[in-house]
Amino acid sequence: MSKPKFKNPVVNWIDYRLPIFTFMNHELNEYPTPKNLNYFWNFGSLAGITLVIMIVTGIVLSMNYTAHIDYAFDSVERIMRDVNHGWLLRYIHMNGASFFFIVVYIHIFRGLYYGSYKAPREILWILGVLILLLMMATAFMGYVLPWGQMSFWGATVITNLFSAIPLVGESIVTWLWGGFSVDNPTLNRFFSLHFVLPFVIVGVVILHLVALHRFGSNNPIGIDVKGKQDTIPFHPYYTIKDLFGLSVFATIFAAAVFFFPNFMGHPDNYIPANPMVTPAHIVPEWYFLPFYAILRAIPDKLGGVLFMFGAIMVLFVLPWLDRSSVRSSQFRPLYKLFFWFLVIDCIALGYLGAMPAEGIYVVLSRLATAYYFFHFLIILPLLPKIESTRPLPVSISTPIITASSNASTVMAMREKK
Amino acid sequence: MTNKNTPDDKNKRDFLQVSTYALGAVGAASFVWPLINQMNPAADTLALASTEVDLEQLEEGQAITVTWRGKPVFIRHRTKEEIASAKDQLLDGLRDPQTDEERVQNEKYIVLVGVCTHLGCVPLGQKSGDVKGEYGGWFCPCHGSHYDHSGRIRKGPAPTNLEIPQYSFLSDTLIKIG
Ligand code: HEM
Ligand code: FES
Repeated sequence: MSKPKFKNPVVNWIDYRLPIFTFMNHELNEYPTPKNLNYFWNFGSLAGITLVIMIVTGIVLSMNYTAHIDYAFDSVERIMRDVNHGWLLRYIHMNGASFFFIVVYIHIFRGLYYGSYKAPREILWILGVLILLLMMATAFMGYVLPWGQMSFWGATVITNLFSAIPLVGESIVTWLWGGFSVDNPTLNRFFSLHFVLPFVIVGVVILHLVALHRFGSNNPIGIDVKGKQDTIPFHPYYTIKDLFGLSVFATIFAAAVFFFPNFMGHPDNYIPANPMVTPAHIVPEWYFLPFYAILRAIPDKLGGVLFMFGAIMVLFVLPWLDRSSVRSSQFRPLYKLFFWFLVIDCIALGYLGAMPAEGIYVVLSRLATAYYFFHFLIILPLLPKIESTRPLPVSISTPIITASSNASTVMAMREKK
Repeated sequence: MTNKNTPDDKNKRDFLQVSTYALGAVGAASFVWPLINQMNPAADTLALASTEVDLEQLEEGQAITVTWRGKPVFIRHRTKEEIASAKDQLLDGLRDPQTDEERVQNEKYIVLVGVCTHLGCVPLGQKSGDVKGEYGGWFCPCHGSHYDHSGRIRKGPAPTNLEIPQYSFLSDTLIKIG
């Protein structure tokens, strides 16, 4: 046995046989991290924590939930009224889904702004988009479980999307339903999949982290780490920063759970599902609205479905659409401008998705949809040809040292150590 | 044993390798199929009974909605004007051209699956106060599809006319759906 690494002999004994402590020490403690990360780098760990919260509350909810069309709605009401702390667990799970998407959307736009999808992090990015897709599937199926009006009609509309596929569309929809409409077999399989998909997400998250730790985090100025002077160990610097971010996040999350638990939901979902009556105005959960707007903007059924899925597919190939060698927007004045246009466009799509599909809203949805694809398919490939990027700093440490003498003293001290 | 790699041996090995892969693939596929097929409608779901409806009480201008295979079926006793307007429609202007005659057995009663062919919402137009759309038949509020008195798609994203279920008249006013 080589020299003992850990003070505790039991830890050493285990680590020799199962190097789990070496692994944790390497990946979570000494793990060298760029020293200039800002608060946008908190959202990855927040997403991971939210996933754990969803799994824990989900498992206890399913101990009280009944996946049958005659009992599902009542079993959720029973969770709300009779099960000890049931209301709390359900509200955490219900709002947790919304917060999960808030966190992940910010995480994604962070990646867009700082060019984190560029080489050598393409696979890391692609795994992230895959996680987004899995989250969407999970959240969609979870929303069906309480078997309210929105559950039922959301399930009907979304599964019917597949009927747009030529030739086999109808058979696929029947297969998804296990019948001729959304019914008990559908609810059963959705529960089963809703239970298991989050664990698949955990698996992909692990791959995401393996890919991340291969080259480490990107950083706000988007240039590679040049050596030890550019990094600090993950612990305690980023553990404490992540914890601080978590406490801010938890405060906001708790405020929603305790004071506005139904703010992000839809009142119609407290009406039991009725296959004979569609609510006058059906809308998906807020986190699907931009995609829903794209679906409705295209006046053709198959076209709408293709564009909606295309909106995510462009993200998969993003590393090859944007060929600029400069990562961070800080040094790409034009890209930065278009980034903010894209943010506005996505918010506009979200707003339009919630509005009825008539009059001016249809026109605006079409414009916003066109701009979304224009950004990814035309602007990004063209930009490197016309954009003059600002000069990149020599290293992460250089701008900091010259920026303030105070920082340079800190640096000097660290280097001596 | 001598180790001769004659061309013959190599062919044999290739054959063994390819046939092993092929057999393995067939084996895996035949195991996967039951896993997929269990999601198709079960025997009892397929055996869902047909529905009989008595139209005796259904006055001209009235409509009823009945359930068949978990879906709403619209039955409307059409007025003279509605029948005339459905019949007069030229086929040129239609997205899914069908004459009214092709869509009814007795022109007084139009029988439709009340499921929008876009993404499956139930269109409005069965109740007297409902919005009926620009063509007076049915209107789907989900994404704005307009259907005429014959249930044909006239405007909006739906690709085809409202579906006609299988049905037959057992007597003048008794119909069996399914
Ligand atoms: C990626 C993680 C997850 C997401 C995004 C998610 C999302 C959702 C959503 C949106 C609902 C509907 C909430 C409502 O309106 O009532 C729901 C319900 C439910 N989920 Fe999850 N969920 C996740 C993980 C899990 C897990 C791991 C389980 C079980 C092991 C689970 C079990 C349930 C149950 C039993 C319900 C029905 C009770 C209810 O509606 O509150 N969920 N989920
Ligand atoms: S479902 Fe009827 S218009 Fe979309």
